[in-house]
Order: sequence, then C-alpha cells, then structure tokens
Amino acid sequence: MKVELEVETKKELLQGNEAVVRAAINSGCNFFAGYPITPSSEIAHGMAELLPKYDGIFVQMEDELASISAAIGAALAGARAMTATSGPGFSLMQESIGYAAITETPVVIFDVMRAGPSTGIPTAPSQGDVLQAKHGSHGDYPIVVLAPATVRDSYHLTEEAFKVAEEYHVPVIVLSDEIIGHMRESVELPKLKARDEIKFGGIKRLGIGLRKHITGLVYDETGMPTTEPEKYEKLLKRLFSKIEDEKLMKYKMEETEDAEILFVTYGSTYRSAKTAVKILRSKSIRAGLFKIETLNPMPERALKKASENASRIIVPEMNMGQIVKEVKAILCDRDVIGISSFAELTTPETLVRAVEA
Amino acid sequence: MKNVYTDLLRTEYLPHVWCAGCGNGIVLGVFAKAFGYTGINRDSTVIVSGIGCSGRITQYLNFDTVHTTHGRALAFATGIKLANPELNVVVFMGDGDAAAIGGNHLIHAARRNIDLTAIIINNSLYGMTGGQVAPTTPEGKVTKTTPFGNPEHPFDISKLVAAAGATYVARFTSYHIKWLEKAIAEAMLHKGFSVVEVIIGCPTHWRIKPPELMKIQKEKYRRRNYSSIHEIKPWDIGVFVREIKPEFTERIRGIINP
Repeated sequence: MKVELEVETKKELLQGNEAVVRAAINSGCNFFAGYPITPSSEIAHGMAELLPKYDGIFVQMEDELASISAAIGAALAGARAMTATSGPGFSLMQESIGYAAITETPVVIFDVMRAGPSTGIPTAPSQGDVLQAKHGSHGDYPIVVLAPATVRDSYHLTEEAFKVAEEYHVPVIVLSDEIIGHMRESVELPKLKARDEIKFGGIKRLGIGLRKHITGLVYDETGMPTTEPEKYEKLLKRLFSKIEDEKLMKYKMEETEDAEILFVTYGSTYRSAKTAVKILRSKSIRAGLFKIETLNPMPERALKKASENASRIIVPEMNMGQIVKEVKAILCDRDVIGISSFAELTTPETLVRAVEA
Repeated sequence: MKNVYTDLLRTEYLPHVWCAGCGNGIVLGVFAKAFGYTGINRDSTVIVSGIGCSGRITQYLNFDTVHTTHGRALAFATGIKLANPELNVVVFMGDGDAAAIGGNHLIHAARRNIDLTAIIINNSLYGMTGGQVAPTTPEGKVTKTTPFGNPEHPFDISKLVAAAGATYVARFTSYHIKWLEKAIAEAMLHKGFSVVEVIIGCPTHWRIKPPELMKIQKEKYRRRNYSSIHEIKPWDIGVFVREIKPEFTERIRGIINP
C-alpha cells in the first residue's frame, strides 16, 4: 500500500529577484524592457519567461537608455511598465527618469545595487545608489524611492511601487541590493495568480483621442512648452506637492518606545541592526531601530518622533555615508553617527561594539 | 487660410520656431498632406519626436504627440508600439538625433523591423545648438566645431538603415515635395520599419539664401533606378528599399501562440 506523506507548508525558498517578478505579475505589470546586468538579470529572466504567458511584452533592448525609454513609452500607451537594472545601467537611465518625472508617467525602475562607482564589483552588494536614486537626473524633480530589506519586502514593496506610481503619476524606484536580490529566504508569499485574476495595464494617455502634447520641456497648464519663470515655478511646485503625502512615507519601528540607542536603517543593513538590537537588549541596553522603507520622500516626522528619547542615533550603511547626512539634517541637534561597510554587510557585532565604545 | 490639412495642425501655436526658409516647415506641411491621403485614423496615430529643430514638429501636429529626450525617440516609440500594436506610430528625428546620439536605436529598430515610420530630417549639422558638425556633415565642411574643415567621413543615413534591415527606405529633398509626400504616405502604410530621409539643408548655418538652397536641391539631386543599395550615392534620391519581412510586433506577440 502506498503511503502518502503530505506535509502542509505554505513556505517556500525564494530569491529576492524572484519575489520581484511574482509581485510584478500579480500587480498587473504587462511590459518589461531591460538590458542584462549583474545582479539584476534574474528579474529579466523571470519576466521573459512569464510575461508572454500573461499576454504581456518582454523586450530586451539594445541598452539601458532604450530600456527605460521603451518602458516610459509603453506606460504612456497604457501598459503597466517596469525595467530592472544595476548601478551602471541605472546611471544610463537617469535622463529619461527625469523625463518620466516631468511628464508624470507611472513607471517602476528596479535597481539591484552593486558596488561602484563605475564597473566596481559587479557581484558585491552596496547601497551606493541612494543619492543617485533620489537626485540622479538633472534638475529638480519628484520621485519615490522604496528600499526593501528582505525577500518579503521585495515582494510587498514592488507591489507598492506599482500602486504608488499610478496613484501619484510618478516614476518609482525600488532600491534593492545584491544581498536581497540573490539571497534565498524561507518566506510565505502570495502565489503567482492566474491570468484572469489579474487586471493588467495602467493609465492610457495615447490612442484615446486626447490629442495632447507630452513633452520634457517645461510646460504650462495646456501641456504646451513655456519659458516663463512663473509657469516653471508653478509646475515644479505642483509636481513636488504631489508626493508631500504622509501616506507615501513608509517605515517600521522596532523597540523604539524606550530606545536610548536608535539604529536608523534601510535595505539589507536593517538585518544586521535587527540582530544588534537583540544582542544589546540581552545586555540590558535599550536599543531600537527605525527602518526606512521610503527613502524618498523621507518619513521625517516619524523619524523625529522615534528618536525623541535616543541619546545616540546610529546609521549603518553599505556606502561612504549617504543617508546619514539626511538623518543629520533632520535630527540636527542630535548625536548622529554613520557606520560604513564596503561591499559586505556590517556585522551585528560591529554595531554592538559601536554602541559599547 | 483653410485647406485640407490645416485641421491636422495646432494652428494656434503657429508661427513655428524654425528660421525663415527652413525645411522643417516644409516637412510639416508635406506630412500633414501625406497623412490625409493614407486614410489612417488620426486618433490611433501617435507622433513621436526627439530633440533639436526637428523635435519641435510634434508641437504643431494636432495628434497624440510625444516630444521625448535627445536620441531616444525610437526607443520610446518601440515601447508605445509594443504596448499597443493598434497604434500607427510616426517618429520624427533630426540627423544628429537619429544617427549620432540615437544611432544605436536606429540600427536596432531597423534590425527588428518594428512597424514604425521614421522621418529623418537631415540638415547635415546641429542647427538648434548653433551649427556644429554632425555625423552627416560632408568631409571638409566648415562648421562651428570644425573650423578647419570636417576631418570625418559622413554616414549615408539611407544606406545605413537599409544595411541594418529597414524594409522601406526612401530619400527626397525638401524641394521634391510631391515625391516626398508620396514616400511619407507609402512609409506610413508600409508594415515594418520604414525610413524617409529628407534632405533639407540649413539656410541659417550654411549662410545660404533659401532659394539658392532649393536650387542646389533641384539641380544636384537625381532620381534614378537602383538594383542594389550599394549603388546609392549621396546625391541620389528615390525609393531605395521596399520589401516585406516578418514584423517585430507581430512576432513578439506570437511567441506563445504562433
């Protein structure tokens, strides 16, 4: 007699990049344009495999300049569009990201960060693209930047990215890194939905008889180009005011109520800080952490509140210190220090030592 | 003045930005006329442009218009067409736009044979920025950035796109407007990547009077029959390539259910 042993488990071992693909499809993404680059390529592989089965379009373009441009074009034509890349490709995309911002085109750009500058260490993690994500294109423009710290976050923040992009008519950047992208975690996530369970596509601006002009030139209320300073100011202020919305600013607080030591983290360094808090708490040191999920716009008010009782604020980053400067600006009268690590995570022990020093 | 095609223009934004005697205005008028002949639905047509003098053409066309970034017009258009194959997508570019900064997208759009119509307005220099050398500037020509004469060999855009796989390629000048009109209409009706190169010159930066420019176009450019793209010389005009090959949008959509 055949004995069937059924183990009921909803958990699965999933890579961050794989979680992104599933979240994108489940979110109704039906257009992906990309160019191969380590460590983001698995996202392209997954989209190439799945999109045709969901009547979507996957296209490998000739470079990243073309990839972002095609994604924006597709979004204007009504697709829910994304691209994925890493540092060097992300740099190439910057000009058109500014175009998406001024034309208010919803598009999702996934940057799996690797060590830079230039070719850097293609297989090593980094958080070196934070300032580029926030300010990489020329001129002033609004943009939303999300930072997942886990495979689970990769799924949920990708979902969030598509939602935010269309709700606020903005390009959204998701900043992952080589650790989160490639690491496999045991997670319980929504399954890949069937085709008829998903509403594919986004907002159509072309082909519906609007006869409107879409331009990267500064434009007035009619959408036509203008060089008048007052109209330029009005446009910029309107674009920026769209994202001045507390609802957008996502964060998590862990053990912050009584925290004397506060770690302010984002992305994969959150993981080291989380363990450091545990170790410190076991030593009766009141440590807590503030995890930033929206790097732009920054959840300033929440950060101020979470750090009220802290005597020391520590910002660990896998770079020379990019967010720490902004944290210092927000918490100007406080003791804020940055801890840098390079091409690898700061260990919890390093963070503990920084507190005990 | 009201005629058959002014309805296709955003006349409230005229006069246009171009210099007196500039061929861009001629191309705008010819395009509007040609569009009328095709019978294509205007509201399922998207006009895309890049940056430069030619890039401003979208502003005057009363269609869905997308004025993109420098060099990327074809990449944006590729996304538009793939996302909605029902759309008829026309892309206006200048020679610097199409063959220098956007040269990669040009050859790849041709290689894919994606159903876009590219109208490349060739004035053989960068006009908007003050008359610098372009990849189409003849050897020896003096421009703002080649004060001792251009030391480089130019591209022949029509030959380039033909070699890269474009399935409709034509070249005319802003003097030969009847032929140009027909070529633009044919290109729009052609399934596959179609390119119409329009030689316009630049009265401002060439320091030449528009009638003299017209005279050069009339006397120097010749239409004849060609058996191969290798025979095409810089002064040749005509329809160089007209062939049917599998089109990219259809192929990519047929990946799963061929």
